Amino acid sequence: MSIKKISKFQPELFEFNSDNLKKIKNEIKKYPKGKKNSAVMALLYLAQEQNQNWIPLAALKCIANLLEMSYIKVYEVVTFYSMFNLSPVGKYFIQVCTTTPCMIRGSKKITDICKKYISQNQNDLSENKLSSWTEVECLGACVNAPMMQVNKDYYEDLDKDSAEKLIKQLLNDDFPTPGSAKNRKNNAPEAGKTTLLDVKNA
Amino acid sequence: MLKDEDRIFKNLYNDLGWEIDCAIRREDWSNTKNILSKSRDSIIKEIKESELRGRGGAGFPTGLKLSFAPKEVGSRPHYLVINADESEPGTCKDRDILRFEPQKLIEGCLIASYAVNAHTCYIYIRGEYFREGERLQAAIDQAYKKNFIGKNACDSGWDFDIYIHYGAGAYICGEETALLESLEGKKGQPRLKPPFPALVGLYGCPTIVNNVETISVIPTILRRGAKWFSSLGKPKNTGTKIFCISGNVNNPCNVEEEMGVPLKDLIEKHAGGVVGGWKNLQAIIPGGSSMPMLPKNICETITMDFDSLIKVKSGLGTAGIVVINKDQDIIKCIARIARFYKHESCGQCTPCREGCGWMWRMLERMGNGDATYKEIDLLHDVTKQIEGHTICAFGEGASWPVQGLLRHFKQEIEKRCTEEPLIKKKTNIPYLIDQHLLEKDNA
Repeated sequence: MSIKKISKFQPELFEFNSDNLKKIKNEIKKYPKGKKNSAVMALLYLAQEQNQNWIPLAALKCIANLLEMSYIKVYEVVTFYSMFNLSPVGKYFIQVCTTTPCMIRGSKKITDICKKYISQNQNDLSENKLSSWTEVECLGACVNAPMMQVNKDYYEDLDKDSAEKLIKQLLNDDFPTPGSAKNRKNNAPEAGKTTLLDVKNA
Repeated sequence: MLKDEDRIFKNLYNDLGWEIDCAIRREDWSNTKNILSKSRDSIIKEIKESELRGRGGAGFPTGLKLSFAPKEVGSRPHYLVINADESEPGTCKDRDILRFEPQKLIEGCLIASYAVNAHTCYIYIRGEYFREGERLQAAIDQAYKKNFIGKNACDSGWDFDIYIHYGAGAYICGEETALLESLEGKKGQPRLKPPFPALVGLYGCPTIVNNVETISVIPTILRRGAKWFSSLGKPKNTGTKIFCISGNVNNPCNVEEEMGVPLKDLIEKHAGGVVGGWKNLQAIIPGGSSMPMLPKNICETITMDFDSLIKVKSGLGTAGIVVINKDQDIIKCIARIARFYKHESCGQCTPCREGCGWMWRMLERMGNGDATYKEIDLLHDVTKQIEGHTICAFGEGASWPVQGLLRHFKQEIEKRCTEEPLIKKKTNIPYLIDQHLLEKDNA
């Protein structure tokens, strides 16, 4: 279980914008009648996206009303799952995978760079308030280790130089292209394919 | 080595395009209507004959699982749920299926839903795979447009809908009942079994939960026949499997190979060998972080299938192979895995919630050489107290890697844990109130 830091500064009101209200209707439609609760995670994501990557407590109340759930049930969900941020994380939220497969390929170099350029401690905002970083558990791209996630995108096959370049770019409010830093083709071996050599799209 | 024509996932590296038109050229959806015109029992019988075993980690026979769904739909609808909450360290096979072979998954969902009498299927994708989810949604929309799914899917008279549900970064939601809880909008804590999901699952209705890879191979099995599938691999361990080779190898990659392929072949042929040569190999985790590691002498000859790996007290799991060479500190590697489990424990059962933290702290101390000699046995005792005393299999998953370390690398720990027990050392420890009792004169 992860420790959740709840922001001291909370906006008093939160309301979904009209675009999101439409999306909410579609989300609720996915589930059978009377099972509105299932949409709670989808709504939390929408709230997080609308409010610059974090969820204020007011949004939990709003969601509880929309889904006819008790506030505590929404609170339970939001504190259980690690991807919901309850305090500001900046425009670019950097998650560095540090679990064993990434660790043995040098994820520590990347966290060192984050410490140097963004903030000494995890979850603290950078000086220009644009970004923050955190260590996370396995992100499921182990053959492209070491890697990190910025908001929704994966940056793979990093090393010291490429990670440094990437983070400097982010701090200048410039979004780099996601994917492999070594221009490697997806999950194929870097030195060339060993299988599926003659397969053609018939 | 497996021939290319026998590989199921021909677009594993996205050379051929993921869009539905490219997928149709690869024979996806080619005779789905014929397949759906067969009876449910004959489809399940075919899958049983192929001896397909679940690819999500436990290796449960898929045909048997599908047959657990009630034969007739009663007052409650049936559901099919696909587990795409791939979070096991070392595993990244489902991600490629979602990105590059989404039509295989969708077609598999349709066939499996028909076989278990379900009209609705939910795909539970981990929240981090947002882009993969977008890709899958695009593929689902394309399939709807062609009327392959939806009302009267493929002209078979069967109505079928697929929805995507995102998780939010909880490893435990890969456990099937925790996944169902999460899908119902609660926190993902596993349920007590029985009742099993096949009878009381999502919203209390009969539910079959399957892994992405398992469902994605079903259309090909039914198209090419159970005999073809069971001719690959070994008896009881048939077919092909996507192996993810990561860690200290020269070319980490995903590759589809026959079950029962020698581990050494996988690493030398496909992954370009261990960094520093085979002699530099220290240990290999064969099936994702939950499976006990294997030392070099076992890795020389072991073949990758469920039964051979169980014989050496490990398991195939999800086939995420993590190679660790001699440049790495083996204790710290396992300590990091223990930290993963401490972070991901859902907190429901006390042995796991508390024990995972204990294991992590002890291993950290051992890695730094601060542990006492006695703690090695204590650590083993803790793993035994977690294993088998929890609601779900997370307890086993957390304690097996530590047991693997103790089984094969005990000497390594003993070498480092030279610290004398507290009682002899006479250090002033501020949190020990009864410090004076430790002083020899007062004892």
